[in-house]
Amino acid sequence: MEKLDHLEQLLTDRLPHVERHRLSDAIILRVTPDTLLETMLRLRDDADLDFKQMIDLAGVHYPGRDKPFEVVYQLLSVRKNHRLRVKVAVDEQTPVPSVISVWWSADWFEREAYEMFGILFAGHPDLRRLLTEYDFEGFPLRKDFPLSGLSEVRYDPAQKRVIRQPLQMVHPNREPYQVNPA
Amino acid sequence: MAEQKEFQNYTVNFGPQHPAAHGVLRLLLELDGEVVERADPHIGFLHRGTEKLLEHKTYLQGVPYFDRLDYMSMMSEEHTWVLAVEKLLGIQAPERAQYIRVIFAELTRILNHLLFLGAHGLDVGAMTMFIYTFREREEIFDMYEAVCGARMHAAYFRPGGVTCDLPEGLAERIKDFTDSFPSKIDEYETLLTENRIWKQRLVDIGVVSPEEALDMGFAGPMLRGSGFAWDLRKAEPYDAYDRVEFDIPVGKNGDSYDRYLVRVDEIRQSNRIIRQCLEQMKPGPVRYEDFKISPPYRKEMQRDMESLIHHFKLFSEGFTVPEGEVYVATESPKGEFGVYIISHGENKPYRVKIRAAGFNHLQAIKRMALGHMLADVTTLVGTIDIVFGEIDR
Repeated sequence: MEKLDHLEQLLTDRLPHVERHRLSDAIILRVTPDTLLETMLRLRDDADLDFKQMIDLAGVHYPGRDKPFEVVYQLLSVRKNHRLRVKVAVDEQTPVPSVISVWWSADWFEREAYEMFGILFAGHPDLRRLLTEYDFEGFPLRKDFPLSGLSEVRYDPAQKRVIRQPLQMVHPNREPYQVNPA
Repeated sequence: MAEQKEFQNYTVNFGPQHPAAHGVLRLLLELDGEVVERADPHIGFLHRGTEKLLEHKTYLQGVPYFDRLDYMSMMSEEHTWVLAVEKLLGIQAPERAQYIRVIFAELTRILNHLLFLGAHGLDVGAMTMFIYTFREREEIFDMYEAVCGARMHAAYFRPGGVTCDLPEGLAERIKDFTDSFPSKIDEYETLLTENRIWKQRLVDIGVVSPEEALDMGFAGPMLRGSGFAWDLRKAEPYDAYDRVEFDIPVGKNGDSYDRYLVRVDEIRQSNRIIRQCLEQMKPGPVRYEDFKISPPYRKEMQRDMESLIHHFKLFSEGFTVPEGEVYVATESPKGEFGVYIISHGENKPYRVKIRAAGFNHLQAIKRMALGHMLADVTTLVGTIDIVFGEIDR
């Protein structure tokens, strides 16, 4: 708790204009794409904040929102032993500036967020697909993408090669019992 | 006119089916002679969409998926998931369960590092290591089996504790193992540490400076190899780690040899932690005794209607988790393994992001391999200790 109070104090001091949320165990900064790079550089280079590591980058999809995509950065300072969460919300057309120039490790994380959600990263040198097959289409972690996928791959004896065809499900997917939030 | 010869760089495809690729790594290497000029790892051959699947599973059903991420350190991954779910629920496992979890997390660390030693040895030509380390791995697998019935994919840790208490005699068996194990580590070290070939293949290969290590997002033994005394078990203690004593081994030069030494010492420290846990452990419950979250005891279930209802609800619908978000990271054998859960107050998570420890380390091969010989690439793949289950997810 004291650690978080101290970090919050620092953030009020160094980044007074950035929107901030305090959770019980974390602090979240909300920034806009146009101020992202500036904020991130400040977070990294300030000697007291010292966020020298970007430990994780997650995309999140909230269909129905104005800006349906959110990019969540988890920052870590090894020397100061504190963490920070930074969030940017964008829509499908607006690119998020790439933070590769700030943390080299962002490269694959951004590629993954792009392939899974279709979030664009401006200034990324090599925005290819990372985990899915080379000819994969669609953005699988979006909420409107079905769990079963859209296509299936099988060996076609007539053509003597592996082909991709639209998915044919004889039995529907079983979903565990759904609880609606109160 | 002098005769002109043109040399062209050529590209080598390393994997996806290669004995030194530790699974399914496809590494495109652009070579100038034997020197690597560009390395481009292609991953995803083991992508199973775990994050998407977890969005469609209850929190309890999520546990076994974590065994299958890093399938060489099964319980460590489960540990992160159950800690994250517990944090969302705002509960803590009972003390005995915490000790059991630490014991098994550390046994898993030994398991993982033994595979690292064996496979890394095999990569650079020390065949014997593989056979030596698998001898001890087998014993730990037997302990896994004793405690949960499965040799690898345990699903032993549960939100709120562990499935069941240690069976009779297991604590003594683990104790005996920790008695004899340090001499086995000495045995490994006589084979490798001062071995001339081993040193020639590892010293000064893949040197990572401290600043680079931070920039490339290193964690765990990779970061410690570059000189940071950073360990999440000390920095953000979870479960019983604040009640045990252990040292953090730190490397000096940041090369492959230092990372090897760090990992060997970590095995010794794990051994120490297990012994302390066995001494401190007291009898008591091993599951959180709110039966809306933990399954009720079998004995109760056979005579009590309420317990039967709890059991049915728990294994069909699961428990609901309050709205919120949480990022929990633990020191898995390979580095920082993190889980970021966003909950919308349902019985299933809204979004789960898994932060795999090996992801950044493998990415760094792009930079580490530059200027090294082709033969050193196998050393690099070995030293980062990768398992594709967690990288591809």
